[in-house]
Amino acid sequence: MSRYSVFTEEHEAVRRTIRKFVEAEIAPHVEEWERQGYFADWVFPRMGELGFLALRYPEKYGGAGGDYFMGVVLAEELGRCGCGSLAMAVAVQTDMATPPIMQFGNEDQIKKYLIPALRGEKVACLGITEPNAGSDVASIETRAVRDGGQWIINGRKIFITNGVRADFITLVAKTDPDLGYNGVSLFLVDRNTPGFTVTRKLEKVGMRSSDTAELLFEDCRVPAESLLGVENRGFHQIMWELQGERLMGMAGAVAGAQQTFEMALEYARSRTQFGRPLVKFQVIAHKLAEMAAEIEAARQLVYSTARKFAAGEYPVKEISIAKLVCAQVSHRVADAALQIHGGYGYMMEYPVQRAWRDSRLNRIGGGTDEIMKEIIAKTLGL
Amino acid sequence: MARWLFREEHEMLRRSVRSWVEKEVRPHVEEWEEKGEFPRELFARAGELGFLGLTYPEEYGGSGEDYLAGAVFMEEMARCGSAGVAAGIGASIGIAGPQIYKFGSEELKRRFLPPTISGEKIGALGITEPNAGSDVASIQTTARDGGDHYLVNGSKIFITNGVRADYVVTAVKTDPAAGRKGISLLVIEKGTPGFSAAKKLDKLGWNASDTGELVFEDCRVPKANLVGQENAGFYYIMQNFAWERLVMALAGVVGAQVAMEEAIRYAQQRVQFGKPLAKFQVIRHKIADMAAMVETARCLTYHALSLFAAGEDAVEAVAMAKIYACETASKVADEALQIHGGYGYMMEYPVQRFWRDARIGTIGGGTTEIMKEIIAERLIR
Repeated sequence: MSRYSVFTEEHEAVRRTIRKFVEAEIAPHVEEWERQGYFADWVFPRMGELGFLALRYPEKYGGAGGDYFMGVVLAEELGRCGCGSLAMAVAVQTDMATPPIMQFGNEDQIKKYLIPALRGEKVACLGITEPNAGSDVASIETRAVRDGGQWIINGRKIFITNGVRADFITLVAKTDPDLGYNGVSLFLVDRNTPGFTVTRKLEKVGMRSSDTAELLFEDCRVPAESLLGVENRGFHQIMWELQGERLMGMAGAVAGAQQTFEMALEYARSRTQFGRPLVKFQVIAHKLAEMAAEIEAARQLVYSTARKFAAGEYPVKEISIAKLVCAQVSHRVADAALQIHGGYGYMMEYPVQRAWRDSRLNRIGGGTDEIMKEIIAKTLGL
Repeated sequence: MARWLFREEHEMLRRSVRSWVEKEVRPHVEEWEEKGEFPRELFARAGELGFLGLTYPEEYGGSGEDYLAGAVFMEEMARCGSAGVAAGIGASIGIAGPQIYKFGSEELKRRFLPPTISGEKIGALGITEPNAGSDVASIQTTARDGGDHYLVNGSKIFITNGVRADYVVTAVKTDPAAGRKGISLLVIEKGTPGFSAAKKLDKLGWNASDTGELVFEDCRVPKANLVGQENAGFYYIMQNFAWERLVMALAGVVGAQVAMEEAIRYAQQRVQFGKPLAKFQVIRHKIADMAAMVETARCLTYHALSLFAAGEDAVEAVAMAKIYACETASKVADEALQIHGGYGYMMEYPVQRFWRDARIGTIGGGTTEIMKEIIAERLIR
């Protein structure tokens, strides 16, 4: 039974299954994937086969009908796999690119995109960020113009996770440039559509086995039925889910921090200097105690906020706080863990350096620290 | 409000304590702070309203509620704006009383609990000594067996309620050679010959609470005043530390919240360079950071509280909560003072008091460093 009352025995059973899968089928390949900058294509179909991509989706779509905390379990276990890339790629598939299809898609779209995505047969990506529109989402410039029975799309997207391997993109484009947030729509665009090209696979400081793309749309013509949901409602259709996704991402970040902490603890117990193990030095023991306390605090922040979210509340302030705090904690913990490893921490053969590089993205992706503070300040009436 | 933790009855209690604090406590705290004490009658008034006996059973005058109710009361007391007032009341019912209730004889309970719960008597817990702070086992106050009584010699310091307490649950060495296994607790009443409150200590904060130095010189204490078993005192002390620390963590969260609210109010009113401070991004982000720390501290503290209230092992969760909440209280109060600028440094604004009051949080009830030792002992080494 879990030490945390938010989880039931059913959650824990699923947790054990995922953990076993990660240990047996993922962990042995991580080093190799990181070196080649790409995790194997079999991962998505395999996870789909095991049902991991559809834990929270209803049974009629082949899902397990699990609750929000079932999603937390998946995020936590992938967060522990020692490869932030994989957790991120799966989160994009299950929590970012596909939920709007379930929510706003018609039957054809569900059949064509959602169900294969949940089975891992199709890989999805989400296209929001552009070269000139990062935090300032409303300033996106990609345009979709109606032309009879088609839409013509022009523009660029950048930092698109899964973008190289994706079979389709859930694309955010301007349909009425004069209306700001109210002139944005969502489209489902197939990878092989003429005019849609992957222009670059981007090199990153961390999250190296995840493919991150720059995409180009040049007079890319898609049929009218590619529109997802209601024209000009795209911003609202995508934003509701990004809140839940932020929190889920942080559940993974905290679990990753826990795993990094355990790595540092293990090292500090086995490494002897000045005649005794590092843990016997008070300053190291206290550093580890601080890390443990910070991780527990971040975890409780996630659980408390998840309880609210799962109960149907829309706790924007708490989610933004969780995003801010957990991202910072995850990177601080990784930095402290690297420090405890000393010179070995700087060597590529020890995995702690990867935790340090991977966790850095938590403070940028999915909304920067600074954007979170803007949101928090607003919710405080400032 | 944490709906997953507190029930409707707790929220009702919260409303009633809050309205009492607003009406009868908060308006006077400035005056009490200046005087360096709050009136004894406040104990009696809180007792009359039933607030002092929430966690004690009915047979001693309490109402037999759970620890969550006790937590709600302490949270709302902490909102009064003077941590010293909350500390004085908390020391009597949350620190001194529980030793007698959990470990004392039936006779001791009948003598001391009803008047403590009604607020007629004030209790204190005397552990710390001039040479024994974090290192509790090294106390030097001795209690020599005198047949039907103990002969107590030694001194205590930093004792909350120490000057006006009607009784002090005092840690003494009954077997000085046995270290922590030679410590016992004695209830020593005011007026016992040989017991004197040597002085009231001047403090940086917590000004409305009285903090005493106590001296015992050949003080004869009847054996009937021994709490529980002889030489088991260290264990008793450690048992109740979890609650004391939890209360300090709760007070830390509330203190931080109050300081932040004060900073927000000020930032919205204060105009510089033609606009309110709240319109400067650096101030907005500073406050966002404060809010994030407060929310995190609250979630962690409630987690520790839920474990404690359910009777589970909460030792490391409480230690973590105390570190995080009390460090947060200090940091947030410091930022709140910074936002107030020069006014923050003036005694007429309450933020300076929040800042001073918060500073004891990382020291009292076990320092942050001792909390880390506890975590390290259990998780690390």
